[in-house]
Order: sequence, then C-alpha cells, then structure tokens
Amino acid sequence: MATETTAIKAEEPKVGSGFLKNNLREYGLLISLIVIMVFFQVMTNGTLFQPLNLTNLILQNSYIIVMALGMLLVIVSGHIDLSVGSVSGFIGACAAVLMVEYHVNFVLATVICLAAGAVIGAAQGYWIAFFKVPSFIVTLAGMLIFKGLALAVLQGSSVGPFPAEFQLLSTGFIPDPFGGETLRVTSLAVGILMALVLLIVKVRSRADRAKHGMENEPYVFFMLKNIVLAGMIAAFSYQLSSYRGLPNVLIVMLLLMFAYDFMTSKTTIGRRIYALGGNEKAARLSGIKTERLTFYTFINMGVLAALAGLIFAARLNTATPKAGLGFELDVIAACFIGGASASGGVGKVLGAVIGAFIMGVMNNGMSIMGIGIDYQQVIKGLVLLAAVCLDVYNKNK
Amino acid sequence: MADSVLEMRGIKKSFHGVKALSDVNLTVAAAEIHAIVGENGAGKSTLMKVLSGVFPYGDYEGEISFLGEECRFKGISDSEKKGIIIIHQELALVPLLSIAENIFLGNEQAHYGIIDWNTAYRKTQALLKKVGLRESPAALITNLGVGKQQLIEIAKALSKEVKLLILDEPTASLNETDSDALLELLLELKRQGIACILISHKLNEIAKVADTITVLRDGATVASLDCRQEPISENRVIKYMVGREMADRYPKRIPNVGEKVFEVVDWKVHHEMHADRLVIKGVNLHVNRGEIVGIAGLMGAGRTELAMSIFGRSYGQGTSGKVLLHGKEIDTGTVQKAIDHGIAYVTEDRKGFGLVLEETIAWNTTLANLEAVSSYAVIDEGREFGAAEQYRRKLNIRSPNVFARAVNLSGGNQQKVVLSKWLFSNPEVLILDEPTRGIDVGAKYEIYTIIAQLASEGKCVLMISSEMPELLGMCDRIYVLNEGRFVAEFSAADASQEKIMHSIVTSGGN
Repeated sequence: MATETTAIKAEEPKVGSGFLKNNLREYGLLISLIVIMVFFQVMTNGTLFQPLNLTNLILQNSYIIVMALGMLLVIVSGHIDLSVGSVSGFIGACAAVLMVEYHVNFVLATVICLAAGAVIGAAQGYWIAFFKVPSFIVTLAGMLIFKGLALAVLQGSSVGPFPAEFQLLSTGFIPDPFGGETLRVTSLAVGILMALVLLIVKVRSRADRAKHGMENEPYVFFMLKNIVLAGMIAAFSYQLSSYRGLPNVLIVMLLLMFAYDFMTSKTTIGRRIYALGGNEKAARLSGIKTERLTFYTFINMGVLAALAGLIFAARLNTATPKAGLGFELDVIAACFIGGASASGGVGKVLGAVIGAFIMGVMNNGMSIMGIGIDYQQVIKGLVLLAAVCLDVYNKNK
Repeated sequence: MADSVLEMRGIKKSFHGVKALSDVNLTVAAAEIHAIVGENGAGKSTLMKVLSGVFPYGDYEGEISFLGEECRFKGISDSEKKGIIIIHQELALVPLLSIAENIFLGNEQAHYGIIDWNTAYRKTQALLKKVGLRESPAALITNLGVGKQQLIEIAKALSKEVKLLILDEPTASLNETDSDALLELLLELKRQGIACILISHKLNEIAKVADTITVLRDGATVASLDCRQEPISENRVIKYMVGREMADRYPKRIPNVGEKVFEVVDWKVHHEMHADRLVIKGVNLHVNRGEIVGIAGLMGAGRTELAMSIFGRSYGQGTSGKVLLHGKEIDTGTVQKAIDHGIAYVTEDRKGFGLVLEETIAWNTTLANLEAVSSYAVIDEGREFGAAEQYRRKLNIRSPNVFARAVNLSGGNQQKVVLSKWLFSNPEVLILDEPTRGIDVGAKYEIYTIIAQLASEGKCVLMISSEMPELLGMCDRIYVLNEGRFVAEFSAADASQEKIMHSIVTSGGN
C-alpha cells in the first residue's frame, strides 16, 4: 500500500526551485518574450520601443492575435484550421465590395461580414464535427475555396478606399478630450488603470485560492510575475501615449483577450473544450456534447477570422486579392510557440498571445535591422521548431 | 542453483530519488514457469524493464547473469540477442499489417533488402502451428481478437529463438477460453525447455501453471515459493503481497433490498458498424433499491455494449426498448439525459474512456457535473476544490492533494477518481463495468467497500465483471449474458462458478 503514494510524492511541488521547474514553460515564455524584446531593442539601437514603432507593432499584429484566440480553442479541442488566412482575405474583400461598390453603411457591412464569418465557420465545422472529416482536410479545402472566392469577389483587382469611419477600426486612437499635445493623458490613464486592475484582480484571486489551500505558487514568483506584467503595460501605454495614444484596435484586442482568457479558465464551456481535446471519449461519456462543441469552436474561429479580415482591410485601406496570404501559418505558429499541444487538450490564451507577440517582435525587429524576408522566415521557422522541441523535451523529462 | 538460467542479485533502481526497487533477488531455473506477483507499484514492471535493458546497465545497481554470463544490456536489442523476450500488456503489433509481416517485423526474411515472402510465409506457418493458431499468415492483425494477437506475439518471440519469455499480464484482456489456451501453450513451451516469467494478478491462473512464485512488495523480494513441493494457497500469496492477512476478500454486507427502481425492457441494440447485426437481442433486467446486481458473461457476450447503449446510446445503432425508473419510462437518448435521470456509467477502460489523464483529480471529479460547482456557467474553484477534496477523503484516494494529475496516480487510485466523478453526479443507478480491472488486491477491497457502501445508501448497482469470484462475492443477484441474451439468472445463494459456466456453455450456439 505504501508504494502507491511514493509515485505521487515525487510530484509534490516543492517551494522555490521545484515550483519553477514544474512551471518552467509558463515563466519561460514570458522570459523569452522579454529577452527577445531587449535583444531587438539593443540591436535596433532603441528603435523597437520608440512610440511610433510600438504603435506599428501593435497594429501589425492585432489581426494575428485576434485569430490566435480562436485558433487556440480549435487546437485545444484537438483540431486545426488552415483556412483562416483565406477566410480573412475573403471577408476583407466582401467588406470592400459592400462598402465601396454598394455603399452599404459601415456598421451594417461589419455585421454582415462577421455573420458571414460565422456561416463559413459553421460550414467547415459541420463536416468536421458531425461527419468526422479530419479538420486538416476540410480546412485545406476551405483555404483553396476562400482564396479563390476572394479573387472572384474582387475580380482580380484591389478595391478601396474604405469610408473614413471604417478605417478608424485600425488607424484610430482613443479620443483624448484633454488635448495633451505631447502626452495623451486619457490613454496613459487608461493604461495605468488597466495595470492596476490586473494587479488587484490577480491579488484577490490569489487570496481566494489561498483560502482553500489551492495556491502553490511561491509569493515571490507571483508578485514578480505580475509586477513585471503590470509594469510592462504601464510602460507601453506611456510610450504609446507620447505618440498618438492607445489604438482602438488595441482596446478591441485586449477586451477579446480578457474575455477569452476568462472563458477558457473559468467557465464550464472552456473546461469542456479542454476535456474534449484531452480525451474526447471520456468527455462524451461525461455528458459533454462533443460534436456540438467542436462545431461551436469552428463558428467562433470563423467570426474571429472575419474580424481579423476587417481589421487588416481597414489598416491597408484597401482589399487586395493577396490579403490574408500565409496568415494561418503565423497564427498556428503563435499557438504552438505559446505552448499549445498539437494533440489537443493543452494550451493557454495568454500563451498564444505571447507567442504571437514573440513572432511579431521578431518580424518587426528583424525588418528594422534590415534582415531580408528570406532569412526572416528561416529564423522564424527555427524559433518555432525550438519552442516545440523544448515542450516535447520538458514533457519527456 | 546450477541449472538456473537467470539470476538477478541485489537489484536497486530509483527514479528522481524515489526508490522503485530497493533490493530484488530473482532466480529463474531452466524450463520453469516463474510467476511474479505483487500489488501495483510493487516494482514488477520496473524489474522487467531492468532485465530487458529498457533501463541500460549503469542506470540501476546490482547484477544480472543469464545462462551463466554476466549481462550488461545497453538496450532491448542486446537482451533480445541473448534470447530474453518480453511481451508487454499493451500488444505491440501493427494492426494493418499481416501476421507474417508482424512476426518478422524488424527481422525480415530478406536478401539484400528484398523480402523473400515464400520463406516468410512458410516460417510463419510453422510458428503458427507451434502456438496452435489456425490462421493464414496473410491475415491482417486488425481482424483478429486479442487472444489470437497474444498468441502471435508469442509466435514472434519464438521466431527469435527465445530462451526466456517474459509475459506481462498476458491474460488481462482475454476471456477464459483464450486464457486457458495461452496457459496451455506456456506449459508446452516449458516442455520444450523455454523458461518463462509470468506477471499476473490472476492468482488462480498462476496456481495452474507456475513452478515458482516470487512475491514483490515495495520494491523488494519478500518471498520465493516453490509450488512443486506443495500447492501454495492463494491466501498465503495474498498475505505476502499485502503484508497482512486478508481475512476476507469481500466486505461483509447485509443486503437491504427495497422496491424495484430501475428497469430495462426488451432492449435491443444493433452493432455500431453493421446495422444488420443484432448485438443485444432483447434483454430484460431490473435492479431494486440497495441491490447489487451482477452481469456475468464471456468477453464478447455484449456486456459493455448493453451498458453503454443504456447510458445515452453511447454504443450501437437502431436501439429499441424501454428504460424505466420508478416505473416511469425515461429518455436516456443522450448521455446528458441519462445523467440527469440519475444514471452513471463507470467505464471498464478508465484511461481511454474515463479520465482526462493530463488534468488534475479535482478537474476530473467535477467533469460530469460542472453545473454543481458553477453559477451562470462560471466555475467556482473553491466549490470545485471542496467537492473534490470531499471525495478524495471519502474514497481514500492516495495523493497529497486534489491537484495531482490523474496520469501520475496508480490504477486503483485512478479508478477511485472515476468513481468520484460519477458519485459527484449524484446517481441513483450506477453501472460499474469491470470496476476492479487491473488494480491490486488491496485497492480492490477498497473498491468493494465503496460499492457495498453505495448499496447500503440505497443506490442501485449494476456490476459487470469478468471475474466470477468477484460477482459471487459482491452481488445479490447475477444475470448471465451470452451472445446478447440473458441465459440465466441466479440469486446470490444459488450461484456458483460452475452453474454460471454451465449456463453459458449449454446456451452456446443457439
């Protein structure tokens, strides 16, 4: 009898080094992002964190992050979606045709586009969830179909420009009634408020967990991690405020990020998606409607791909047949760098976001440094491989 | 011992500071069947991994000598070269390749890389004859039953000129007939001079074939019993295994059987793949309040199919029949509906169908009843923790807290987590499918105690098991299922292994 316990004792988290060892992945990710940022900050002689570049960095990566939120759910549920790039391009094209050629009101057009994204997600999810066609194949087909449809809708040419209100989605900044010339006060205040709220929420939820004896993260790590995070948010918003303030799209992105983080970690539907990916048969026998859940994750992915398509189109102020090309690769890479498992059941929203930022900072930093697009891809590929190898190594240890 | 083929002396092995083997000595004589028994976690598998070179020399302490030579294996291929071949519990055959291809996998009958199929088939035929299997060498593995696959694994071992054959729980997933055939084959191999190490939980099988029994406990050899001198009683072996006298293998309970609660009427289920094949051919059953009802039957009789089809039509198609609870017909068309009506099904395959292994005990405990720990779809971690902790204590799950991941638990504790999950869904009817499969004697007793406790609380328990002593020891009533039909029903007082077997055998072929 005594033997049964021995195997578990080894797993018991020890304070300090033991904890760090068991959670290396989570901290490692955040540390890698910081290291990469510092590296490029030095290599680019401080260009990386300049207010203008920081703003660009966010605008450039917003659509990847939006899609990564949906992709994470798809990957956690044990599937993959290769079509997101084409879908976002197709939706961007639809938006352009609606707004530019048919003069549809931009709000209505946005709603139509998001609904179209949902329909596309449902159309693909239907085969995957109910007919058990492998998602790789269905979405590979979707990738071709929507790439083709985007071309057809645009008739091979670029369509633009968009109405000014619509462009604000990507190029607008939150209003600043105080009219600070050198510093956007509202933006700074919002940023600092966010940092404070984050700290307070984390501290309170920790206290709540500690009350039930559920907390095992050493206090030092906990504070260090969150102070670094909050500090980063505050510092970034200061930098952004000294340019034009917080971009609208950043607010959209942050809201989505918090919503998805909450959904995956605290709600029953999030829990069920992890169960579905972790062990589908066990999930089904526990009363989880696995097929419907898979279907929903693809609808969700479709809507987010559509939103990303709109953001991208608004940013370029034109819809081109090439929009969305290769986005799926960046999105999927972001999820895997962020610690998601290809076999499903594992992955975190914040991981995927950090993964997307790692890719984004590398793209941006290497471009500033003048590294050609050729070697940029080689380096990004190597980083992806290294991150996943590290995961596998950690798991087998 | 002059005629020993294998001697392992003072084997020690630890994982990250946790001792798995503290001092094991094992001597296997020539042409003997040597059984190794012990509870889960006693170190049986670790010992076999040391022997077969999975843990290379230097990774453990102690000496191994085989056929008088000191051995320092660096990997499995080294030990295989010497003629030590291990057959794992999980069979390592490629399902979509033929028997011949599997037998010579990695050892192809080839000249300059070109396979000589004639030789391969001829040799395969000879090997299949040796193991008593009448199948074409070209037959695909996937079309064969587990029993036959096991024989093919042995044939594969024979193709490598095996001198010492190690079998890890070979009969765990076999029915009685296949098990007997396998044990018979082991005796035949012994007559041909092949020594064999047999790891098994099934003491009755060991009693049939073993010449020597070595008992491991807590990573050390506690006894080596010679069965050739005098028969060793099961109780004596169990005593060595658990380190204490096991007075009774089943908890005493006074049945308090009430009114009829759960009833299934004229239940018919068609095969999942073949719509025209009837798997369950009109079954009627009922369970009373506080009653433990057993379903006996051979592998393939349709027991799991029956249970899973009742539980939310999780198996089969074209299912017809009625399920009644307290005399009223209920809809169990989906798993969620079945759960809502208070039915729970504890699967026979806890890793495949029961647990999300990578997640924690708490996570798994609440999975089937998340609503109870959440409000407006938001999970309250405090409530979840409280619920899981309550069941951890109640079912005595051995783990420091409920945040241990299921994958790190032993089989018995995993089974308790699956039970926790279903108890937390607050069922009135519990269908337990092989509740003690692959778990050790001590944990079995605990599971039995839990089952008895549930019955005394007034729950209806339907228990499926391949182990007849377990059914006889626990149940108030036993149905015998054969080929999709109930062929007999016994009360506890009437039932015996002979009667159950007799009813199965005489009903066969109809």
